[in-house]
Amino acid sequence: MGKAVITNQLTKKFGDFVATNAITFDVEQGEIFGFLGANGAGKTTAMRMLCGLLKPSSGQASVAGFDVYRQSEKIKQNIGYMSQRFSLYEDLTVRENIRFYGGIYGLRRAEIPAKTDQILAKLGIESVANSLVAALPLGWKQKLAFSVALLHEPKIVFLDEPTGGVDPITRRQFWDLIYEAAHQGTTVFVTTHYMDEAEYCNRVSIMVDGRMKALDTPAGLKTAYGVDSMDAVFQILARGTSTK
Amino acid sequence: MDAIIIENVSKSYGEALAVADVSLSIRVGELFGLIGPDGAGKTTLFKILVTLLLPDAGRATVVGRDVVRDYKDLRQRVGYMPGRFSLYPDLSVQENLAFFATVFGTTIRQNYHLIQEIYSQLEPFKNRRAGQLSGGMKQKLALCCALIHKPEVLFLDEPTTGVDAVSRKEFWDMLRKLNERGLTTLVSTPYMDEADRCDRIAFMQTGRVLAVDQPSVITNRFRKPLFAVRAADTYRLIQDLRQAPFTESCYSFGEFLHLTVRSGGVTDLQIGQYLLDKNHRNIEIQPIQPGIEDTFMALMNQPEPTA
Repeated sequence: MGKAVITNQLTKKFGDFVATNAITFDVEQGEIFGFLGANGAGKTTAMRMLCGLLKPSSGQASVAGFDVYRQSEKIKQNIGYMSQRFSLYEDLTVRENIRFYGGIYGLRRAEIPAKTDQILAKLGIESVANSLVAALPLGWKQKLAFSVALLHEPKIVFLDEPTGGVDPITRRQFWDLIYEAAHQGTTVFVTTHYMDEAEYCNRVSIMVDGRMKALDTPAGLKTAYGVDSMDAVFQILARGTSTK
Repeated sequence: MDAIIIENVSKSYGEALAVADVSLSIRVGELFGLIGPDGAGKTTLFKILVTLLLPDAGRATVVGRDVVRDYKDLRQRVGYMPGRFSLYPDLSVQENLAFFATVFGTTIRQNYHLIQEIYSQLEPFKNRRAGQLSGGMKQKLALCCALIHKPEVLFLDEPTTGVDAVSRKEFWDMLRKLNERGLTTLVSTPYMDEADRCDRIAFMQTGRVLAVDQPSVITNRFRKPLFAVRAADTYRLIQDLRQAPFTESCYSFGEFLHLTVRSGGVTDLQIGQYLLDKNHRNIEIQPIQPGIEDTFMALMNQPEPTA
């Protein structure tokens, strides 16, 4: 299997501050990769570099086979991205959002209607196809945003706290979608503050103060730290670091 | 004695019903949690209680003051930390705190003892603009500003949303300390695992209260048999269990699936046999006690709330 992400000593400095400090890791194609860390640990900076949005200060990285320095536009075309803060346009309808993102992601005009029907049917939201996204419950928006991020069938999708604030059933339905995407070969790179969700990942990394302090399967991490939950692992690793 | 009394309060925004006939009482000295996802109506209820919104129907009092009639008096007696950062980004840490103290007719010095423990962590940065603080420090400053006038009741609207698991624990430790000094606290959160930190909780979903009680009492209401199940291929395991004739619901819970079976009995052995027939490997099944999240999900699935 190929690698969806390869990094080597990837670093980003803002002035004197080292936000991401020489992180080295690989993500396998089709893997669900959990990217954990306390607030301010450097996750967002690292993700922005991997998505081609921010030039690293030093080190190497490639995503979906493209180099983050030279091929950032290629990266953007070949990844999906969804965050809690930014996903869909509230003032467009469900259908309009899909059409808009279809265009952005370079789908051919003729492909979009079929894709739209497919998404509506899969999520069971045909009845609100022409409603403004603003009127949808948060959980529906999140599931729709995820489907939209996969419109162009990217090799890898980046999810930045995709489930924050949603109810526990919707949160699990969201993970059903993640499993399904991974099962079909899409690599899923996900951040979360829910430690039970860390258990759903094939492997989990934990960032502390800009460095990658741990990387293993959930079972491997629990064994290594002699505890029985990912929450406990996280408390051990992330404690003692400032959350300033 | 009750610090907060809410009687049949409703509020709509246009056609959307945000709070639907909610009644609740919060006792003096209680650390009370309003637990529910986004859109449950928590923020709307908070705003009604701190007199920033008028209810469409029903009435509510806080420390005996009516939220409509006595709003001026009430405002002096409550501290409110909104979900969104609402301090002045262009004022320094100290200026923000002094501002809120002055608005409430007091001084930092007079009530410093109330915030000392929290504010001491901010003091090295007291001349920094509030807008330049990190998330964790903004949150601490907002809490200080909500406490500086010595409120009788503290309202915290989703103080831990988007906050990492370590900082969330620290924040709850801080709340418990404040509460032990007698401060009645109403706090909302979408994180089910924080329910255990409260004396009592109310589950909210789409404007309604699903249940109110001590966390441990609420979980005891879960009546159906519950199993934790695990096997080598989780993805296939979910699919197969959801199609099983005995299954009522099946959801991921960390490394296990939680399987609720229809009442009338299937044993763990029978579940195991079903999975063996489907060629699952490394099967583990054990009966378990429901947690807060199991209970919330079961209540969500009921057509009519039984609060």
